[in-house]
Amino acid sequence: MTTVSSASPSLEGADSRNRLFGPLPDVSADAGYEEDHPSRVGFFTDTSVCIGCKACEVACKEWNTLPMDDSHGVLDQMGMSGMSYDNTGMLGANSWRHVSFIEQSRAVDLPMPTFGAPGADRHDHGQPASAISPQADSGLAAQTSVLNAEALSEFDPQTTVTGGAGDTQIRWLMSSDVCKHCTHAGCLDVCPTGALFRTEFGTVVVQGDICNGCGYCVSACPYGVIDVRKDDGRAFKCTMCYDRLTDGLQPACATACPTQSIQFGDLDELQARADARLATLKSQGVETARLYGRDESDGVGGVGAFFLLLDEPEVYGLPPDPIVTTRDLPAMWKAAATGAAMLVGVVASSFLGRKR
Amino acid sequence: MTTPNGDGRPVGDDAHLNGRSVDSGPTGNETAGEAPLTAAAGGWHRAGGADLTRPKRKRRKGGGGWGGGNREAAMVPDAEFSSYYGRQIVKTPTWKNPEVPLYLFLGGAAGTSSVLGALAEFTGRPTLARNAEYAAAGAALGSVVLLIDDLGRPERFLHMLRVFKPTSPLSVGSYILSPFSAFTSAAAGVRLLELAPVLRTATTVLPFLPALTRFLPGLRKTSAVAAAAFGGPMATYTAVLLSNTAAPSWHEVHTELPYVFAGSAMAAGGGITMALTPVAEAGPSRKTALTGVALELFMINKVENGHGLLSEPYHEGKAGTLMRAAKTATVTGAAFTALLGRTRVGAVIGGTLLAAGSVMTRMGVFEAGIASTKDPKYIVIPQKERMAARKAGEAVAEDEARSVVR
Repeated sequence: MTTVSSASPSLEGADSRNRLFGPLPDVSADAGYEEDHPSRVGFFTDTSVCIGCKACEVACKEWNTLPMDDSHGVLDQMGMSGMSYDNTGMLGANSWRHVSFIEQSRAVDLPMPTFGAPGADRHDHGQPASAISPQADSGLAAQTSVLNAEALSEFDPQTTVTGGAGDTQIRWLMSSDVCKHCTHAGCLDVCPTGALFRTEFGTVVVQGDICNGCGYCVSACPYGVIDVRKDDGRAFKCTMCYDRLTDGLQPACATACPTQSIQFGDLDELQARADARLATLKSQGVETARLYGRDESDGVGGVGAFFLLLDEPEVYGLPPDPIVTTRDLPAMWKAAATGAAMLVGVVASSFLGRKR
Repeated sequence: MTTPNGDGRPVGDDAHLNGRSVDSGPTGNETAGEAPLTAAAGGWHRAGGADLTRPKRKRRKGGGGWGGGNREAAMVPDAEFSSYYGRQIVKTPTWKNPEVPLYLFLGGAAGTSSVLGALAEFTGRPTLARNAEYAAAGAALGSVVLLIDDLGRPERFLHMLRVFKPTSPLSVGSYILSPFSAFTSAAAGVRLLELAPVLRTATTVLPFLPALTRFLPGLRKTSAVAAAAFGGPMATYTAVLLSNTAAPSWHEVHTELPYVFAGSAMAAGGGITMALTPVAEAGPSRKTALTGVALELFMINKVENGHGLLSEPYHEGKAGTLMRAAKTATVTGAAFTALLGRTRVGAVIGGTLLAAGSVMTRMGVFEAGIASTKDPKYIVIPQKERMAARKAGEAVAEDEARSVVR
């Protein structure tokens, strides 16, 4: 179908604009694929409906036969992180999906009705009983049916009221993190062997038989996604199930997700869906909702796997304003060339003058 | 901190309503970048207390906090920020220590020596030429060994040469190191062949060698010049190697680090050749070393003091110790060189100190970058400030546009 170029994009083509950063309408074409390549695919992870079940983590480990490790990436170790329900800890060579858990609280001197038992404050809104259980408490039903737009208008979907305490409100933020498959991928840019390459789907994948474990991609990723597996020596990260995509299947995590928090599809379609979802949440008063990685003019040219978050990115362990390090590479090469010329010049001039 | 809530205050204490960042605590010293974000957050902050994932040895200010503690002593006032249980955001480079810093040092020393050697060949300084060429070849071969040893799959070193990528400093570096080590080895190898015992031994294997001896000096000089052509890039590309990463304290100084490395390389290469060579021929080495020290000290000052929070790792912990030791060694070495460089003893002491200073500079810079990946504050706070500055810039631009329309 196409030829794969693992060489640097800047070596080919005349247009130097947006080769290192900025929006790029067709990443696959930029990597050398011909016109008939498939459209760019991605993940839209809607954390507002994530229930923290970790089915994505399990499906990913199963499908990709990833080894066991603890929350610090130590192989064949089982241990509790001791910080939350999150014992995966981070993305790395052995965890390509990572569900983060953040327990938050706030005092309820916010404009809210009085509080009693969980959901008791929903009664006075005249919410029709849910179809799930007509007899059930309407507030409870609304909480059960988080995908129901009516229910969403009633409350922040991951919010509940602490029973009995009366003065605080607790919510859990859960988010399934994954490789972002950046438009301008730092790992791909710095890989010296061409082991990392852009697929015809616009994703970024490591070829295990080429990687020589130099570890440059590990240092270059602004999200801290890719890592070297200790006993193997090579770098590993999410492939967006490249093997499944080529067979017309969806990635394992998206297939396993029971709440459609992880949505897989053509990127432009997902972006439209995310925009609509954000508008819905905003109109329902979820002021803290925001899209992360959706903006194509950000430091990495937008990402292939983007998120709807309910708090600041750093709360989830994501960098607030990532940039691809190669954006500044021309300036670096210029400084290095000047420095090298300076060195030669200094040495040469030191031979001038009297011979001593 | 032993109880989950640290100081035992109830969850949702009013003091934490506005300081929603996980580490706010009762001091609540809001930074400029933090204030506008608070309003959008709906009053949410992380529940619970101690951050158990954080190394316990870290010193804390104040009595308690709400997890995510990031309050170790800082030369920049503590800013508040959120993080995921205080865990690092970018990965720590997997490069081996001390292999990689030593590689940075050897590359610099070899680069400078090769240029010194080539020029000495043509200015009637045979001893300097010999020593510089041997030093360059030894350091270049050492570089190759260290670089291969650092790979996760050393047997795949040649995969480096299957593509050429200007976007990858390691790829470019491979194409600098390969010819450089080949040419320096060739120059040194030919020099060895010119020694009578070596030639005799080699002739037993290659009987035609004596017939070629008249070509050897030309071959040596050609190789030395070819090596010198890669000498400058060899010394400075390693700075790009470090800067072109997501390690915040390396990336931030990306326009300054190449000059630091150039200066450090000149100090090391000049120092080593000066220590090996009789003072009568070592004048260029001394001058090179002293100019290098001046450049290095000038640029390292910018790295260490010009970047606010991101300069901090260069002062703290192991990196700070190394940087201070490097400066001491470099300055002392320069003093010896300037004052006693024309005596044999002074040249040896000065040259050794300069080389040691260069090693420690590379190690200090390496450690500082590593440290900057381990604390999320070096990612979150500068990026937040960048966003705030951009927003402010946009607001100004909008205002200007509006006034133009009006």
